[in-house]
Amino acid sequence: MFALDVQHLTKIYRGGFHALKGIDLQVAEGDFFALLGPNGAGKSTFIGIISSLVNKTTGQVSVFGHDLDHDPEGVKSCIGLVPQEFNFNLFLPVIEVVLNQAGYYGLPRHEARIRAERYLRQLDLWDRRDTEMRRLSGGMKRRLMIARALVHEPRLLILDEPTAGVDIEIRRSMWSFLRELNQQGTTIILTTHYLEEAESLCRNIAIIDDGRIAERTSVAALLQRLHTETFVLNLKGRVSELPQLGGFVLQALDDCTLEVEMNREHTINGLFEALSRNGIEVISLRNKQNRLERLFLELVDRQNAEAGV
Amino acid sequence: MNQRLETWRRYRVTFQTILKKEILRFLRIWVQTILPSVITTSLYFVIFGRLIGERIGMMDGFAYLDFIVPGLVLMGVITNAYSNVVSSFYSSKFSRYIEELLVSPAPNWVILAGYVGGGVARGLVVGGAVMLIAVFFTDIRIHDPLTMLLIGVLTATLFSLGGFINAIYANSFDDISIVPTFVLTPLTYLGGVFYSIELLPEFWQTVSLANPVLYMVNAFRHGLLGVSDIPLSVAFGMILLFILMLTVYSLYLLRRGVGIKT
Repeated sequence: MFALDVQHLTKIYRGGFHALKGIDLQVAEGDFFALLGPNGAGKSTFIGIISSLVNKTTGQVSVFGHDLDHDPEGVKSCIGLVPQEFNFNLFLPVIEVVLNQAGYYGLPRHEARIRAERYLRQLDLWDRRDTEMRRLSGGMKRRLMIARALVHEPRLLILDEPTAGVDIEIRRSMWSFLRELNQQGTTIILTTHYLEEAESLCRNIAIIDDGRIAERTSVAALLQRLHTETFVLNLKGRVSELPQLGGFVLQALDDCTLEVEMNREHTINGLFEALSRNGIEVISLRNKQNRLERLFLELVDRQNAEAGV
Repeated sequence: MNQRLETWRRYRVTFQTILKKEILRFLRIWVQTILPSVITTSLYFVIFGRLIGERIGMMDGFAYLDFIVPGLVLMGVITNAYSNVVSSFYSSKFSRYIEELLVSPAPNWVILAGYVGGGVARGLVVGGAVMLIAVFFTDIRIHDPLTMLLIGVLTATLFSLGGFINAIYANSFDDISIVPTFVLTPLTYLGGVFYSIELLPEFWQTVSLANPVLYMVNAFRHGLLGVSDIPLSVAFGMILLFILMLTVYSLYLLRRGVGIKT
């Protein structure tokens, strides 16, 4: 059984805008799945339909075997949603937001209190439980949305850009929390603009562009398609003249920084050996661009070219 | 059977959660939600009852102050039930925390019942407060407490439903004040709060019968004083009919997602 099974899903908004043009997508139970796409591609509409915030035009949506048309309560019971934008009553204290959400799912009060404490502690918000929402920082609000979405312990957690505007430290801690949650069996679907996030967390990926699925594969398979990679090297000394190295394309960014484009057939060890032979010592290196980001741009560009945009 | 019981237990918890949230909301801001009605109706008692009322004399066999008590109580019930639901539900739309409910498995009728329950609670709290004030100004003896209570609850229910529909269609905070100002207040004032419709020319008496507030005020007056311009059964029938119509329409709007889903 799939955690999510979507067939021929379309959405035409009033006014005629065609947001989704026949999406077919399956997400396996236990997967950590990334949904990527440029702004306006249809990601939020897709998530809105699955979580019952947007009415679909045609198509079928099934979550853990519950059909959205015939058993919407069953679908909703399985899903926890962390939306892109804050959607709180800003005048309520943190604990009440979580307890109310538990109540909407029919959880008895004593059970709701136990779970609220568990998730608020896990997300470092327990000390803030009596603080009004409007007094929380952006990062705290993001974490609270996760706690709120988990209080009924959903089998499928959907996160729509959960780390937008969150500093690096909190983002890393949220990543490790989500990884742990996934390891415990929760299926996770994530949309993000931080492609490093998708590469780091997710096993499978779909790219939506212009209301269609442009790509559906595993992250590993997608990365296999990269033919070249580009690194930026910080050098120990100055380099006055660039050496010619077979299989590597070198470009000086300044006297002490080199950009190296290398074919996937070559290794970094080989690069270092070739540089050493030419008396160049490397202090550090980094990827010029996130690998997934590059593929993403290539795919979207290819789609646009095919569509004649 | 256990499955069905479990489902009903879940609905009960959801209803209680919405109701409690709504009651805490208006109690938390009681200076904005309860106090204004209490002050306004106290002024009505002083000005229309004591100062002007004594010059008006008797109406339907009662001192004018006693005669207007039922209408003033019901006016508090109507305006507070309506404004509680319209402001609360619209705020939840405006700040998007209505999504907390929409993503949950709460059925539409439970959501509606929770919000209407909140409106009824505020209407009855304010109505009760106005009654307490009336005790200081009059020596009224309640004629039929059950009728009075039933009419109070049904009226609050009806206007809570009205507030809910208003909130669904509202696109701005202006939209939630238009109906109370231009529809609710005239209907209430022309619904026999301050006069008996027997004072009106025959044509205007007939026109007044189209005003639903007239039936509520008169039925409530029957409960409090034992007099009414309208037969009690007709009043109950009309109120129940309006409640049924607005309930069906509210559920239809929720099912279609009008104003809350795209």
